[in-house]
Amino acid sequence: MAIFVDENTKVVYQGLTGSQGRFYGLRNRDYGTQVVAGVNPKKAGTDVDGIPVYATVAEAKEATGATVSCVFIPAPGVQSAVLEAAAAGMELVVVITEGVPAQDEAYFYNKVKRDFPGTRILGPNCPGIISPGKANIGITAGEIAKAGGPVGIVSRSGTLTYQALYELKLQNIGVTTCVGIGGDPVPGTSFIDCLEAFEADPETKAVMLIGEIGGSAEEEAAEFIKHKMTKPVSAYIAGVTAPAGKKMGHAGAIVSGGKGTAAAKMEALADAGVKVGNNPTEAGELMVEIVKALAL
Amino acid sequence: MDLLEYQGKQFFAQYDIPVSQGEAATTVEDAVAAADRIGYPVVVKAQVHVGGRGKAGGVKLASDTAEAREHAEFILGLDIKGHIVKTIWIESASDIAEEYYASFTLDRAAKKHLGMLSAEGGIEIEAVAEENPDAIAKIWIDPVDGLTEEAARAWVEAAKLNPVANDGAVDILLKLYRAYTEGDADLCEINPLILKPTGEVHALDAKVTLDANAQYRHEGWEAYEATQVRDEREQAAHDKGLQYVGLDGTVGVIANGAGLAMSTVDIVNQVGGSPANFLDIGGGANAEVMAGALEVINNDPNVKSIFINIFGGITKGDEVANGIVTALGRVQIDAPIVIRIDGTNAEQGRAILAEHASEKLQSKSTMIEAAKAAVELAK
Repeated sequence: MAIFVDENTKVVYQGLTGSQGRFYGLRNRDYGTQVVAGVNPKKAGTDVDGIPVYATVAEAKEATGATVSCVFIPAPGVQSAVLEAAAAGMELVVVITEGVPAQDEAYFYNKVKRDFPGTRILGPNCPGIISPGKANIGITAGEIAKAGGPVGIVSRSGTLTYQALYELKLQNIGVTTCVGIGGDPVPGTSFIDCLEAFEADPETKAVMLIGEIGGSAEEEAAEFIKHKMTKPVSAYIAGVTAPAGKKMGHAGAIVSGGKGTAAAKMEALADAGVKVGNNPTEAGELMVEIVKALAL
Repeated sequence: MDLLEYQGKQFFAQYDIPVSQGEAATTVEDAVAAADRIGYPVVVKAQVHVGGRGKAGGVKLASDTAEAREHAEFILGLDIKGHIVKTIWIESASDIAEEYYASFTLDRAAKKHLGMLSAEGGIEIEAVAEENPDAIAKIWIDPVDGLTEEAARAWVEAAKLNPVANDGAVDILLKLYRAYTEGDADLCEINPLILKPTGEVHALDAKVTLDANAQYRHEGWEAYEATQVRDEREQAAHDKGLQYVGLDGTVGVIANGAGLAMSTVDIVNQVGGSPANFLDIGGGANAEVMAGALEVINNDPNVKSIFINIFGGITKGDEVANGIVTALGRVQIDAPIVIRIDGTNAEQGRAILAEHASEKLQSKSTMIEAAKAAVELAK
């Protein structure tokens, strides 16, 4: 069944007229996603390869019935773009953009939670979300994923996710939905949000969690898994040997004050019954074993 | 981006947070002249991006010119936990009645700003948190509401400072919160925040970390950039706009994606090697970016082999392979290279690399095999 997005989801692209928005928007459309509109106040009334461009998210929504927005706006404009999408009533705002200031993220996360509780933010700094065979919103190469489940994936990393999708495909294992929650310090959607949705999704029978150093999201996920999940989980955590105090690429990937180490996360997950791999290949193999054991 | 103490104080001063008058100096003569100008007693303080300066002898009181000279001579060039002191800060000495602690940072779990205030200042806050957690008054602030005076007052009262300090503390905390939010900081810490015998509350130290993602909206940050301590490799990578962290091993690492790059560093360690660096080239595995990355790695004298780990998603494997071959045509690379390409068109990519294979260039189809090969070559 997939979580959050499927073949019926209509998506508007904020930034469709920019080079990144256009490239990925059209790719997503080629994949089969319902890319119904673009938004750019300066180019309203034009189109991008036949996709109409509106001045605002609200107008785009009015015209198309879209419920999801994908943001390809440069970092300085992201806060405003997210708040606009939320105010227009979007149910999901997928923020691909990297480099959004943390103060902005903290602000708009809380603003949306309070004033627009019906809106979920995904990201920022995320590859997006793909329900293979149904919808691909963002920058994942859809060809690497096999549709049909039974595995759900939730990840902070982009390329490690692609690696996982691909390895599962090579083993003929499909994915229901793969959610990239991104590498920033205030992600709009958490591991727990996705685990909860996967637990409730009849098509998902097992979940793969890909984490990294920094913060406590994996530890919180472990608590959730221990008490609230019945489906099996495998995990991989990147950054076991990362030095303290350094941001490793992602704004949220930093061990500070001794907290946020990969070791602590792996321990917390293992303690919750999660099968933790020591490298991406191992984690993939663990999931293959899990799927075989489900004997589907 | 970590600021040196004196920069943190300049940052605080922009928000009217009371800090001591002082001057920075990079030579003994300048330091002595500054001390004479400021008037004794002064404190001579090492400016390094690391804590524990006091213990290392990097913070000293000088009551006259001779002492100022002696301390400046001792502290300049001092090695504090691997950081060599290049700059010292000469500051007017303060009379201290009591020492407190105050800070703002993001609580990632709560997704709110966390303010911490304690009457136990001047010492390691982690130690206080461990041994006497009740000694730290905490407040969680919703960024949408900000810190109101009412809330700040209740918080200060909860911290049970000397009541004489309360008004001054409230005033400084409101200003500190503004500095932290409007100034785009990840952390603003004052330790110690002092109560002077006069009843004034004053910031005696400043520890500030700024959010690099916000640089586009702060012109003044260029000055802070100039004093960031980076070794040559990191500076070169920074100048090329590459995400790079220097480590001290012998296997150079290049990957596309931060998670994959971290993973590659881990795997090199796992198979018994030592990575020389973390380097994420992001979505641009084209010849231009690859050449830049290889140049940076090549200039690292410790590097004996290079492991390039790429997952081709939208950028296809054959494009990546062509990018690498082209890059090698442009840049002379001394160390042998092992490449793993997986994903879209990986087969074609490997075929292209096979055509150019040599002792200096080989490809492997799995991460572990490639890591082992690179580690072997580094021996």
